[in-house]
Amino acid sequence: MDNLLSIVTFIPAVAALILAVFLRGDDEAANRNAKWLAMAATTTTFLVSLFILADFDPNDTGFQFVEEAPWLLGLQYKMGVDGISVLFVMLTTFMMPLVIAASWNVTVRVKEYMIAFLLLETLMLGVFMALDLVLFYLFFEAGLIPMFLIIGIWGGANRIYASFKFFLYTFLGSVLMLVAMVGMFAEAGTTDIEQLLRHQFDFETFSIAGVTIVGGLQTLLFLAFFASFAVKMPMWPVHTWLPDAHVQAPTAGSVVLAAILLKMGGYGFLRFSLPMFPVGAEVLTPLVLWMSAIAIVYTSLVALVQEDMKKLIAYSSVAHMGFVTMGIFAANQQGVDGAIFQMISHGFISGALFLCVGVIYDRMHTREIDAYGGLVNRMPAYALIFMLFTMANVGLPGTSGFVGEFLTLMATFQVNTWVAAVATTGVIFSAAYALWLYRRVVMGDLIKESLRSITDMTPRERWIFAPLVVMTLLLGVYPALVLDVTGPAVANLVSNYETALAAAEAATQLASN
Amino acid sequence: MTSADLTLVLPEILLAVYAMGMLLVAVYTSKDGLASTLVWMTAGVMIALAAWIGTTGEGAKSAFNGMLMIDGFARFAKVTILLAAAAVLVMSEAYMKQRDLLRFEYPLLVALSAVGMMVMVSAADLMALYMGLELQSLALYVVASLRRDSVKSTEAGLKYFVLGALSSGLLLYGASLVYGYAGTTLFSGIIETAQAGEVSLGLLFGLVFLMAGMAFKVSAVPFHMWTPDVYEGSPTPVTAFFATAPKVAAMALFARVLHDAFGNAVSDWRQIVALLSVLSMFLGAVAAIGQTNIKRLMAFSSIAHMGYALMGLAAGTVLGVQAMLIYMAIYVTMNVGTFAFILMMEKDGQPVTDIGALQMYSKREPGKALAMLVLLFSLAGVPPMLGFFGKFYVLRAAYEAGLAWLAVAGVIASVIGAYYYLRIVFYMYFGDEAEEGVDAGGSPLLSGFLMASAAIMVLGIANMFGVEAAAAAAAAVLVN
Repeated sequence: MDNLLSIVTFIPAVAALILAVFLRGDDEAANRNAKWLAMAATTTTFLVSLFILADFDPNDTGFQFVEEAPWLLGLQYKMGVDGISVLFVMLTTFMMPLVIAASWNVTVRVKEYMIAFLLLETLMLGVFMALDLVLFYLFFEAGLIPMFLIIGIWGGANRIYASFKFFLYTFLGSVLMLVAMVGMFAEAGTTDIEQLLRHQFDFETFSIAGVTIVGGLQTLLFLAFFASFAVKMPMWPVHTWLPDAHVQAPTAGSVVLAAILLKMGGYGFLRFSLPMFPVGAEVLTPLVLWMSAIAIVYTSLVALVQEDMKKLIAYSSVAHMGFVTMGIFAANQQGVDGAIFQMISHGFISGALFLCVGVIYDRMHTREIDAYGGLVNRMPAYALIFMLFTMANVGLPGTSGFVGEFLTLMATFQVNTWVAAVATTGVIFSAAYALWLYRRVVMGDLIKESLRSITDMTPRERWIFAPLVVMTLLLGVYPALVLDVTGPAVANLVSNYETALAAAEAATQLASN
Repeated sequence: MTSADLTLVLPEILLAVYAMGMLLVAVYTSKDGLASTLVWMTAGVMIALAAWIGTTGEGAKSAFNGMLMIDGFARFAKVTILLAAAAVLVMSEAYMKQRDLLRFEYPLLVALSAVGMMVMVSAADLMALYMGLELQSLALYVVASLRRDSVKSTEAGLKYFVLGALSSGLLLYGASLVYGYAGTTLFSGIIETAQAGEVSLGLLFGLVFLMAGMAFKVSAVPFHMWTPDVYEGSPTPVTAFFATAPKVAAMALFARVLHDAFGNAVSDWRQIVALLSVLSMFLGAVAAIGQTNIKRLMAFSSIAHMGYALMGLAAGTVLGVQAMLIYMAIYVTMNVGTFAFILMMEKDGQPVTDIGALQMYSKREPGKALAMLVLLFSLAGVPPMLGFFGKFYVLRAAYEAGLAWLAVAGVIASVIGAYYYLRIVFYMYFGDEAEEGVDAGGSPLLSGFLMASAAIMVLGIANMFGVEAAAAAAAAVLVN
């Protein structure tokens, strides 16, 4: 199959189109059909995407399954995956059937709901596969539209505020990236990411209006991309949209947001910022590392005082993404490997945690931590699963959460000991807030009158968690599953980065002599 | 004047003769009884002429001793203008008939105004320019006040007329200065006098006044004051017309004057155009936030959009003109669809312009709400809609011309602007169930325009239906 990637990307979109055009009516049967079609489409996408993984050659550091076709204005439709992106593609196709299954209880505008999620899947897959700047931007930005609608239509009480904040925040971040992309197009004469990776952008220091810009154009381009990815990630201090969006989004929306959408920021750093603007990245590395460390500690502390479960998990997501940016900008093999691992693992863990909140929210319709307590008495299976993911979130060895944190901390220690030291305290705080949450919700005596009749998980809910449990434990005891795939591509990225920096250093010295 | 000259302007002549002939016919027969027929006939004639102009005619030929220039650029603009005018005419018929506004003069005035626009985009001489501009404007003044018994409509017409006259005065003053200092009114003569770096002060003065006059026509800030009032006061189909064809004509005229007459002095006018552009983008974005009347909102939206088109013009390159043309073509398509939607907004037969009336529109009309959603995101410039590509082109043109600051300003304005488009989405999709919502339904014709426009915004991203190549060819003719 020559266009496997396009097939995988557009299966959900085609299903969405079928739903939009052919499915009529708003009755029970129509809703059921919409759910089953969405389920079938996402499952098919996952199964077909297994072919990508099966045929993927980790030792080839270039792009594989490449498709190319000319497009408007010298742009092109170019798709491909490499060791960095292929796992994100798999993460997306893996999570989506679970997301659809988790939405089985949706009753309001089911058809539109499924269409929005299916389109969102196509757009997310496109982001990880696009090998053309503008194509990437197109997928990256277009994802805002379905997410905006998901939060706005199916969200909680304060959904309007959250959806507008989500949209405008991320839109503002990415338009600056658009200008940078236009600039790259003008400088390099192409939007082909493969060629841009080989292009060396100007790093001559210059000054604008009296401000000296070390690293010149590269620093400016880096900052523009940074504006977009840092918001998406999200990094402190531009993370404030995330708790709002998470709290207001429906459960499935939160899962997609945490498990996949946030990863686009990290992927962007690895695809663009680090390899294309090495000099700019190096100039700003201390800043990014400290921002990550602050994010880890600060958001962990904020998480401690939350009274809303979703908000707490949202802040913990920000903290965990701090490890990712730290690992990426440590810019060595362990750091980048660890960052990718952390992203994949966080996809499973945070997705599962939001599903855990969803399980009890469906029963009690509140996310207030105080409204719960002693659930273990009535919901033993739930208590077990919640326990597992709480531990994984803390980074207990044996779960996938440990590997990523450990690798990124170790990598950062080599680069900047102080940042690593500060970030490590975050690990302690994360244990504090996660275990405390667990204690308040699950442990203790069941004293709340309203909880007397709460029921344990249904078979459907158990089946949703099963794959996530398996993946979390599997990656925890056998991380090579991920690292073998990413290893060669990451080694290539790191060595290119170092070569580029050395060359830039030499060029600067030559110029000064 | 030779027969060759006449052959070149045959489309204009035919349209003018058609309009005047039909005026006579209608006056001596059943008058307004013919109006519906005339609307369809005029639209048909326009489409036929557009097809004719679009498929025939090659190269650049000048007519009447250089007064008019019939080239690829003019043809591109003319086809866009004629198609937009025809679309708006067809859309207005049912609406105006229902409200007893449909007079036989309406289609004919639109046709005459289209003749004026065709002359404008072909003008290669200050006199021809002024003639075309006035013919277009005078017809527009009349249609603005078509609803004679409405205070708002007559006010709109009067305001438009007075301010239009002022801008014509500015333009004429500039033209006379240019004539005085260049010694000719022909663009081909002016361009030889106006060399970069040595443009005399008088010529520069004239250029500034010319630009002020043209900025008024494209409603660029700070010459935009008339736009919201005229948009709001005019009958909605007339507003739709204002927002489309005349804007294309004025932008094309702007481009022609700047490049054909002052093409050697790009550095002298670039800053002015860039300033107009940045002011328009920001004012359009900020001022629309507080609007609840959808027609006023669209007025500010069109001001912002003109800012983006001017960004392409500010580049002063082939790419810039190409970007501007593509932007205008996309802009017109989006606006036709949006106004088709606005024309359908009614409650118990009365037109509604308050966006609050769209509460939960998506529940009653999922298809139309979706189409409108696509158009709104396209207007906001969010990918994957075609509107994004329009923005991408102008940004690229600006950046490559060294105007990176303008590109940055443009994208920031587009984020501010996104807010008010999202607000309409909010009403349609997230709002509360309301009693006074607009009625469901609407004419199939208008729905057709809405759906087609939305479909173009989505499907067009594959290859833009060949508009890109046509615009590139058109731009190459203009900029040497």
